[in-house]
Amino acid sequence: MEVKVQNIRKEFGRFPALHDVSLDIRSGELIALLGPSGSGKTTLLRLIAGLETPTEGRIFFGETDASEKTVQERNIGFVFQHYALFRHMTVLDNIGFGLTVRPRATRPPKAEIRRRAKELLDLVQLTGMEGRYPTQLSGGQRQRVALARAMAVEPNVLLLDEPFGALDAQVRKDLRKWLREIHDRTGHTTVFVTHDQEEALELADRVVVMSQGKIEQVGTPDEVYDSPNSPFVFGFIGESNCLRVDVDGGEIRFQGKTLGMAAAEDKHGEALLYFRPQDIVLVEDDTPHFEGQIASTRRVAGTRHVEVALGSGAHVELEVTPEQAARLDPKKIGFRPTRWKLFPV
Amino acid sequence: MAHNPPQDQGVTTETPFARALLIGLSLIFLLLVLVMPLLAVFTEALRKGFPAFLESLSDPETFSAIRLTLLVAGISVPLNLVFGVVAAWTIAKFEFKGKAVLSTLIDLPFSVSPVISGLVFVLLFGAQGLLGPWLQSNGIQIIFAVPGLVLATVFITFPFVARELIPLMQEQGNADEEAALSLGASGWQTFWHVTLPNIKWGLLYGVLLCNARAMGEFGAVSVVSGHIRGQTNTMPLQVEILYNEYNFVAAFAVATLLALLALVTLVLKALLEHHFSAELSASRRH
Amino acid sequence: MTRSASSGWQFRQPSVLPGFRWALGYTLVWLTLIVLIPLAGLFFKSAALGWHDFWSLAFERRTLNALWISFGCAFIAALANVVFGTLLAWVLVRYQFPGKKIVDSMVDLPFALPTAVAGIALTTLYAPKGWIGAPLALLGLKVAFTPVGIVIALIFVGLPFVVRTVQPVMEEIDREVEEAAATLGANRLQTVFRVLLPGLAPAVLTGFSLAFARGVGEYGSVIFIAGNLPFKSEIAPLLIVIKLEEFNYPAATAIAVVMLLISFSMLFVINLIQAWSRRRYGYGA
Repeated sequence: MEVKVQNIRKEFGRFPALHDVSLDIRSGELIALLGPSGSGKTTLLRLIAGLETPTEGRIFFGETDASEKTVQERNIGFVFQHYALFRHMTVLDNIGFGLTVRPRATRPPKAEIRRRAKELLDLVQLTGMEGRYPTQLSGGQRQRVALARAMAVEPNVLLLDEPFGALDAQVRKDLRKWLREIHDRTGHTTVFVTHDQEEALELADRVVVMSQGKIEQVGTPDEVYDSPNSPFVFGFIGESNCLRVDVDGGEIRFQGKTLGMAAAEDKHGEALLYFRPQDIVLVEDDTPHFEGQIASTRRVAGTRHVEVALGSGAHVELEVTPEQAARLDPKKIGFRPTRWKLFPV
Repeated sequence: MAHNPPQDQGVTTETPFARALLIGLSLIFLLLVLVMPLLAVFTEALRKGFPAFLESLSDPETFSAIRLTLLVAGISVPLNLVFGVVAAWTIAKFEFKGKAVLSTLIDLPFSVSPVISGLVFVLLFGAQGLLGPWLQSNGIQIIFAVPGLVLATVFITFPFVARELIPLMQEQGNADEEAALSLGASGWQTFWHVTLPNIKWGLLYGVLLCNARAMGEFGAVSVVSGHIRGQTNTMPLQVEILYNEYNFVAAFAVATLLALLALVTLVLKALLEHHFSAELSASRRH
Repeated sequence: MTRSASSGWQFRQPSVLPGFRWALGYTLVWLTLIVLIPLAGLFFKSAALGWHDFWSLAFERRTLNALWISFGCAFIAALANVVFGTLLAWVLVRYQFPGKKIVDSMVDLPFALPTAVAGIALTTLYAPKGWIGAPLALLGLKVAFTPVGIVIALIFVGLPFVVRTVQPVMEEIDREVEEAAATLGANRLQTVFRVLLPGLAPAVLTGFSLAFARGVGEYGSVIFIAGNLPFKSEIAPLLIVIKLEEFNYPAATAIAVVMLLISFSMLFVINLIQAWSRRRYGYGA
């Protein structure tokens, strides 16, 4: 089911957590809310769930105005960071809970609840664990039970709050892949919150980047990575360099020197130049380029990161192959960005 | 159907009406069971006016009861303090076989009726007791005398200090002591300069509760005291005697002293919990 | 200290902290002298009675009645304390209201107030002419000098045991669990009764057993309000005192042994349940 968030504002006391946020979530998509802590991503998720009430604005599930409904009536599935399993219930009872607490008129018979819970247990690959209690499971297994429990109510939308936040790195990676598979199979509209960009980019159909209670950019992983539309997104997703430059007559200048980089004709004055460490070429001839001295280098996986001092305290980091790095002259290095973006100061 | 939009935290709390109802119920219950008895003590003591209240307190037998209560608590509490610290050191700082059993045995007096706690000493040291004849021939009086009162009180308050310290010391772990030892401190220095400062507020807390019980104990001392007026009557026993003689004002006058002791204990306890919650065991931090 | 780690059975794990030997020694000696020998003396005395005498003393009709009253009243009082104690803990943990700190401190009053004082105060209150007794008398209800009075006294004595065991566990409840129940469609009552209270069961059981154990043995607060009519409102501890005053030591011993055996076996069963709960659910209290 599609979810529409319209002009939502949320204040805690007098502290504003979200300012005028609008977002359309398409039916069946897997969407990530990505941002640093305090960006309002969890608040947005909890507003959609009905665990919080907006100060202003509305939320629609399909054509229905969900803002008028309580959390119980919204029929959502919510997965918490710390699982929030009911520890005095077996795995099967946990999964069946949402069906068990329905009013008599809509409650399926006991045998049916058991059957559906077992089916979900199979889906999350925990067949045979139905009699266990939550404390007898590993963290990854608990989170899978939590997901099965959320799916048991056939939710309008599945909401996951940092679902892998409490897990080890390896389990996290496995579960990520597994969640994508489950989503492809079941097709639930799914929103998940994460502060881990790698997780968001790898898993989501679309990524919503948030900062300080606002949405910065919404797009596919490729869009937000390759064409960030704000300095924040550029800085937050992937690695980037930022330099203060002058724009004049369709040319970008740094410390008075031309760089062989073109800019829009109609722009003048100071600007911020953003580029990624890997989006450069090393320049050894005397065409216009950046020039500096190598401050340090370090090995990062298959590449070498070179920190370059450009004078007047400006530093950038470049990514080169180990072979290129071996041939570099520490006293003098030249390079030019191949992809970049200018933002106003 | 019209819905009111849910309020903030509406998910994890009750409606204002339900809240008010539950708070009201609790307060009425507390009023009937705890507050009114306390008020009754003071009003009954002052029923015939303040002079009558003072007069009944200046009775020499009451004085001797106060002295005896202070004496018994003054001996029993330090004994249990030392035991509590040593037992907590043993149980909290070391891993050994039978630790759980030892811990259970220390708690044993909690589940023994006060009357039985007194009875066991009567059976041991009384005239018909196991050691009675021997004590008599050597002229030692334990039952119906101060030693018996002290023994019964020590038994009753036996677990108080240890119970407070064991969880606290377990939470604190051994790292501080190991650090001190690694810096060259001796065992005693480690205890005095590291362990004791760490547990001092918890210790005070335990002593406070231990003392309240020691001064207020009734059943156990009643069995071993023999109720010899002016000699083996502690304050709670004096309350009983005066009450049974229908001397209500005097009974409640002595009771006010004990009630004041209880109130002072509660205030000190609340202060400790408020100011030193980090230095008390987890279950005390509220 | 000298034994190597590989030697299999070890009395204790090695530690660099000093003083284990003498601290354990002191603990054991003191425990033995103050607690174990006196309690053993009780059992020794009762064994000396012989089976037949013990039986006829312990299961005399008056004794059985007193035991029944002690255990029955303690059970009812502990049940009442489970209800009101859990309610109080809930109110103290969850709600804000003026005077909350004072209420919280007041809960410990029964720990601090000597039982004899509580006894005479409750008697005065609930007597037919007392502040509470008088209105109840108009309704035809008699509290003081009946088993109901015993239950009232035992509720007073046992209340803090339940509140103080349940309260810290309640504070630890993860809000996420409640929210999870709500997102799954459970209304507030369902959340409280199906999710929160069952999770508190081990703590409530511990509080119950502490209040019950205390109530069974309670003497000071009960004897004033009970009226002490044999077969009606005479509790077992009082019967022990009566037998002692009659210098009937064998009878006092027999009653005490029966009381202790019942109390200990009940505590043992409750401990078993707790251990089972810990194994199964991974938590106890």
